[in-house]
Amino acid sequence: MSFDYGDFSFSSKAEMLEKSRDFWNPGKTDFWVEAGVPLVIDRREGYYVYDMSGRRLLDVHLNGGTYNLGHRNPEVTAAVTAAMNHFDIGNHHFPSLARTALAEALVTTAPEGLTKVVYGSGGGEAIDIAIKTARHATQKRKVVSIVKAYHGHTGLAVGTGDDRFSKLFLSDRPEEFPHVPFNDLDAMEQALLGRDVAAVIMETIPATYGFPLPEPGYLEGVKRLCERYDALYIADEVQTGLMRTGELWAVTKHGITPDILVTGKGLSGGMYPISAVLVSERAAGWLTEDGFGHISTFGGAELGCIAGLKALEVCNRPETRSMVHYISDLVGRGLREVQAAYPDWFVGIRQNGVVMGLEFAHPEGAKYVMRHLYDNGVWAIFSTLDPRVLQFKPGILMTPELCEDLLDRADVAIGRAWAEVRGARGARERVSA
Amino acid sequence: MTGPGPEEAAGVPRARQMLERARWAARSFGRYDHDSVWRVVEAVADVAEAKAQEYAEWAVRETGFGVVEHKAVKNRLCSRGIVEAYRDEDLVSPRIDTSRKLVEVARPAGVVLALTPSTNPVSTVYVKVLFALMTRNAVVVSPHPLARQVCTDAARALASAAEAAGAPCGVVQVVDEPSIPLIDALMSDERTDVILATGGVPVVRAAYSSGNPAIGVGPGNVPVLVDATADLRRAAEKLVTSKAFDNSVLCTNESVLVVEDAVADRFLRELQRCGAHLLTPEERDRVREVLFPLARFDTALVGRSAVAIAERAGVRVPPRTRVLLAPFDLVVDEEPLAREKLCPVLGVVRVASAARGIRAATAVLRIGGAGHSAVIHSSDPATVMAYAAAVRVLRVVVNEGGSTGSAGFGTGLAPTMTIGTGFVGRSSLGENLQPRHLVDWTRVAYSEDPSEVFPSFEGLQPWDSVAGPMPPYPVASNLVTAAGAAPVPAAAYDDEGAPALRDEIRRLIIEELTSIVKG
Repeated sequence: MSFDYGDFSFSSKAEMLEKSRDFWNPGKTDFWVEAGVPLVIDRREGYYVYDMSGRRLLDVHLNGGTYNLGHRNPEVTAAVTAAMNHFDIGNHHFPSLARTALAEALVTTAPEGLTKVVYGSGGGEAIDIAIKTARHATQKRKVVSIVKAYHGHTGLAVGTGDDRFSKLFLSDRPEEFPHVPFNDLDAMEQALLGRDVAAVIMETIPATYGFPLPEPGYLEGVKRLCERYDALYIADEVQTGLMRTGELWAVTKHGITPDILVTGKGLSGGMYPISAVLVSERAAGWLTEDGFGHISTFGGAELGCIAGLKALEVCNRPETRSMVHYISDLVGRGLREVQAAYPDWFVGIRQNGVVMGLEFAHPEGAKYVMRHLYDNGVWAIFSTLDPRVLQFKPGILMTPELCEDLLDRADVAIGRAWAEVRGARGARERVSA
Repeated sequence: MTGPGPEEAAGVPRARQMLERARWAARSFGRYDHDSVWRVVEAVADVAEAKAQEYAEWAVRETGFGVVEHKAVKNRLCSRGIVEAYRDEDLVSPRIDTSRKLVEVARPAGVVLALTPSTNPVSTVYVKVLFALMTRNAVVVSPHPLARQVCTDAARALASAAEAAGAPCGVVQVVDEPSIPLIDALMSDERTDVILATGGVPVVRAAYSSGNPAIGVGPGNVPVLVDATADLRRAAEKLVTSKAFDNSVLCTNESVLVVEDAVADRFLRELQRCGAHLLTPEERDRVREVLFPLARFDTALVGRSAVAIAERAGVRVPPRTRVLLAPFDLVVDEEPLAREKLCPVLGVVRVASAARGIRAATAVLRIGGAGHSAVIHSSDPATVMAYAAAVRVLRVVVNEGGSTGSAGFGTGLAPTMTIGTGFVGRSSLGENLQPRHLVDWTRVAYSEDPSEVFPSFEGLQPWDSVAGPMPPYPVASNLVTAAGAAPVPAAAYDDEGAPALRDEIRRLIIEELTSIVKG
């Protein structure tokens, strides 16, 4: 069996993995093979991806919401395909048709007060833009984030995140990027007291940390502190936005109007990379003072804007919002039933809409569950910064049947992972006895 | 997912998504118990009834068809009237048949695609929505483009009422911008469980060709036989009232009067006394020419008044004229006046005897209207029986007007706006459409073996009593209270003009959250 993709081909999956190791990323390639998830995504359609072997997987990883609308969503695909007859990336120096159209669409559907849009080509770049914007507006340098935060890997964004990714590249700058514990308003106030902070950056639910939910009143308190100490509030909605919590932007469920809102991933419809920063009038000053202050050739590429317009339209439909509420209800209830069967193992469900983190009673519990889900036809990923927690992210256009199927598979996989963990514990105990 | 293929016509992907949302709603609704369902039905009927007059005016304004006060009557019949008629028919709870050792569990169709006509726009929306709700189905209404605005508004009003009474969100939806490609897409979409097609022949045939289960009915062309035994005064009153009702837009309106010679002159005088105008042969020719230019019915005259049609034909009639009587000699297909006329023009044929009358009525139905309906005014049951056996229709209304009588208002027939024309009329439905046509039953059958004891199912209820919005608003899991009930803001899906509403919801959420934080 050979694998012919037109302009390139592989003779086997083994050859492909070998070349992946040789020419691309040996660390990543080996990691997944060793983790028991030797996935090489081939065909993709709707909420399914297919391994090269032909095995079908129901995708509830969705690359953090990139495939919110499913893989190769027909509407987004049609829009981008049609657009390619007229548009390309465009010229970022000039007023641009598609950039302007998407900007208007983003602003008119955004919380009040966000009035301008700056584009990037990925989430990290957008975070950098948000930080630069906040620094310009406040003429201050510090940016506060939470411990175990994750906002991307670009120059400034990486500083806001966990040391693991900044120290590797000698890019940690603790003096500019203080980290405070999540859900700790006192610590936040301490960090802001000096009034030398440009902005607090906050994922509405920290994804890579396993979706720990903000305690009631926490985000609202952070926003109040920002106002008190003259710092901007940057809402990172890359993973929580685009209707995943049942509202377009999760932060609005907290009644917060951020000074800056960052979106990416799902905005691309999974078809053409694009990210966007929505800024308030107060923060938007540099766009008038020096409009060329931040330049990005691919930022807001017009094809990406077309994808974004369609993705935003679909996300904003009342039908979609309603479906998210149904999916959230069905999957949430189903998971609680599974949880009731394994109370000592499946110890927590963190859920806001279809943003879900499943907690297991083992330091690496989510890795076990991930593997058993994989064996049972489901692809979900553990949380990099808290591997007890499985990220479980159903798409926002899932059908009832797909949700039921997902729950059946999850039930079995969670049970088998528990048996494996218990078995291993039992064996250890027998050995030590 | 939003369905197959790129390059779909504008609006089609979103309409497909309506079907998907409807499936979610139907899935929830299919678990409601009888009382929860009827809370919804009553609330919807209340709103429908309250808006009967408003929508009657709007429908006439938008379509130009019909008569406001008659449409108002029809809207009331199709809201309050329908609910009263079907209140005692439980299509939700399990049925137990001890003697046959059977249990029947209701299984709703799921997603009903309701195509509604321009002639009876709001009343048909009312009936289809209420039938769907009575049977726990979700419904997507696709109105006729000529009556789009009023139907859209009506469907939205019913949807809001349903959801406010606890129905699942999206249980009633409406297509804003109906178009042929869009309707084709919805009809053939596998998420459509059954199509209720009311409209012209092409729509009905397309529904049956869609590959999905469909209930569509054929057109009418109603003969009315008046024999020598009839109570002429009463018959004349009933006939003129029926023919004038909503200017004959109901497909059950009388098309051709067949009257026995012996009483014909007297009967025509009675008709004239009731407001009918007998056309002279020359006037008749002018009316025929106006109604059937190039031998095809001019749809611009659907539902116009008798006076307006006379004026168009250059015929002077008294201003109070309700019906035009157009006599002709022979019922044959080259006579246009023998065909269906959705306007208050009644063909008149004289016959020597009741037996010849039955043959003339049969000829009317050879031209059109097979399987539909017929009317007879007679006091002789033998004639009624002979008539019923001869005419190829599935309902014969006796001594009552056809317009409302065949539709089940004022007779023992099932009240409806959709008249099944049966196999003879190329339809899957031979009865008046009624709620029970939208539900299947799972039949639980025990062995007949006497040693197999049929247990008691009394009191076993598989369905839930529902309170609160469905689905519940997705509140963060750490805000769910110990009692298990999350604080729930009223969700707004109804949508287009909703920024204000959405702001209101946000405000409610904030209030809820704040109170929790404080508490």
